[in-house]
Amino acid sequence: MLKQSNGTLRRGWNSFLRFLAMHQTVILIVLVAATLALPLVTSNRYVLRIGTLCLTNIMLTLGLNLVTGYMGQMSFGQAAFWGIGSYAGTLLIMRLGLSTIPAMILAVVISGFFGYLVALPSLKLKGYYLTIVTMGFCEIVRLIELNWTSFTGGALGIMNIPPISIFGLELRSAQATFFIAFILVVLVTLVVKNLVNSTFGLSIKAIRDDDDVAETMGINIVKVKRTTFVISAMIAGLAGAFYAQYATFIHPSIYTTAASQELIVMIIFGGLGSIPGTYLGAIALTLLPEIMRDLLEYRMLIYGALMVIMMVLKPDGLLGSLDLGLIRRKELERAAKVGGGKKGGKGA
Amino acid sequence: MFLQQIVNGLTIGCIYALVAIGYSLVFGVLRLINFANGAVYMLGAYLMYIMMSMANVTVALALPLCLALTGLVGFLVDFIGLRPLRARNAPRMAALISTLGIGTFIENAIQIWIGTDTKAFPNFLDLGRVQIGGAVISYTQVVIFLICVVLMAVLSLVVYKTKVGKSMLAVSQNTNCAKLMGINVKGIIAGTFVVSAMLACVSGALVGSYYQNIDTTMSFTVGMKTFAAAVLGGVGSLPGAMVGGLIVGLAEAIGASYIHSGYRDAIAFGILILVLLIKPSGIFGKQNVDKM
Repeated sequence: MLKQSNGTLRRGWNSFLRFLAMHQTVILIVLVAATLALPLVTSNRYVLRIGTLCLTNIMLTLGLNLVTGYMGQMSFGQAAFWGIGSYAGTLLIMRLGLSTIPAMILAVVISGFFGYLVALPSLKLKGYYLTIVTMGFCEIVRLIELNWTSFTGGALGIMNIPPISIFGLELRSAQATFFIAFILVVLVTLVVKNLVNSTFGLSIKAIRDDDDVAETMGINIVKVKRTTFVISAMIAGLAGAFYAQYATFIHPSIYTTAASQELIVMIIFGGLGSIPGTYLGAIALTLLPEIMRDLLEYRMLIYGALMVIMMVLKPDGLLGSLDLGLIRRKELERAAKVGGGKKGGKGA
Repeated sequence: MFLQQIVNGLTIGCIYALVAIGYSLVFGVLRLINFANGAVYMLGAYLMYIMMSMANVTVALALPLCLALTGLVGFLVDFIGLRPLRARNAPRMAALISTLGIGTFIENAIQIWIGTDTKAFPNFLDLGRVQIGGAVISYTQVVIFLICVVLMAVLSLVVYKTKVGKSMLAVSQNTNCAKLMGINVKGIIAGTFVVSAMLACVSGALVGSYYQNIDTTMSFTVGMKTFAAAVLGGVGSLPGAMVGGLIVGLAEAIGASYIHSGYRDAIAFGILILVLLIKPSGIFGKQNVDKM
């Protein structure tokens, strides 16, 4: 009985996947349209705030997935780079009077620079050194944000950060910031997608699968790892600069190792080395605490258990090993063999 | 003043060394960093606190109970989080995430059920103090020092001189071959986890008694520092872990009093970065460990 229902479930899931694979473009368009329609349909600040938060987390996790999912190196630094981006962007705007776009670009460069500094000692060694160094780095960055009061505002943080302004146009409304977040997410997704599909992306994945073999194949693994890490830090910096202007209030207790860990859990849950998986993980685990307020206290406990459960049962996350392109090709081949119509996947 | 800092540094360094040995033992057998170690250390301290302050059990009973319980937890870390992964030959990052998850779970379970505020820890070693030169040495410090030295000596003997130690080496070099030689691989691995968890428990209890208070940040900070100590000495080497622990303890005590106490926890991290830049294999490590 159980086995039978399990079988039905699996068949259902498989046909669902085939459906996804065959109608990728349509589904993508529908999803994008739905996202874009959200701020047009509602002006509810709460809904839009959650939406923007989801988008920020998607940016952060996409960057993290580059290092952790595609390259197989566990980093706890994402929240630190997020914080550096936030503080850099904010200070550039408030002290030097820059406008949003140049401040964002500089924040990205600064985050990348710090990423390079972290990568310098830790990435010529095996993975766990990076984990521990980034853990410590995250803590140090938080300590500096906390103790260097004259520069960072200390524990009180920085308040009244001016809203995003582009070419002199101030974007105050929740709808406008949502759109900006959406544009940034599209940008980051394109960067990550093109990167992992390039030759460079193949080297990244080769390092994950076997670094010794990768080195034998002539890949300069130290360089590839550093570059990837810097790109990931830059993405976090971009998300940080955006987040600061969106939230208008930043303080050191946002950018903790616990925040890094939440981001890690998102990609572990959604899918290591998968862009749709990243989206799924980031959205699901951003919404979850909002829906289940009672569980807020137990959140980290659940995340800890989730990390172990995922590793034991499905180590690459819900969508990690999913290759829609492959399913689509197989489906088309089958359809050609049968000689039937091209909608072979739908009924099965 | 300086002498006092040295005494204090050596005391805390001994405790770090015990936890660092836990990392090194597991690394020596499995080539894996057990990130749950810091949480087990915290669990040891909190179990002692629960038994002595909340249930009024005497030390003589509380300590063995705590050791048994943390030993069990150490076994479970391996049994739940790592054994299924080994059976599947999963990538090393999966094991890393798994131990981290267990660590997070333990840490947050304690935070939820005991609370995040600082707890007063009963000083079960309070025996008075002596003054030598300019330094005040409490007997607590002497006892901590002695316990640590004895434990380290026993462990070194076991690991480097007995058949059990040889089996551990064999398992770390080639699991299948070790199995063929009649070594109980599962037993050796489980035993390593149990012993390292018990060491963490002893250090947790000692540190609680020494500072007379414990809080929930101890897992993360000590986890970081003892990892730094293990790397400094050379991960996988027992004398390395001891020397590393002592150096980190000393550097921290002296650094905190002469530089800035707000950055106390950053000193171990600074040492870690320096070691990784200059000599990643550590003081006693083999030349080619995991360089890539």
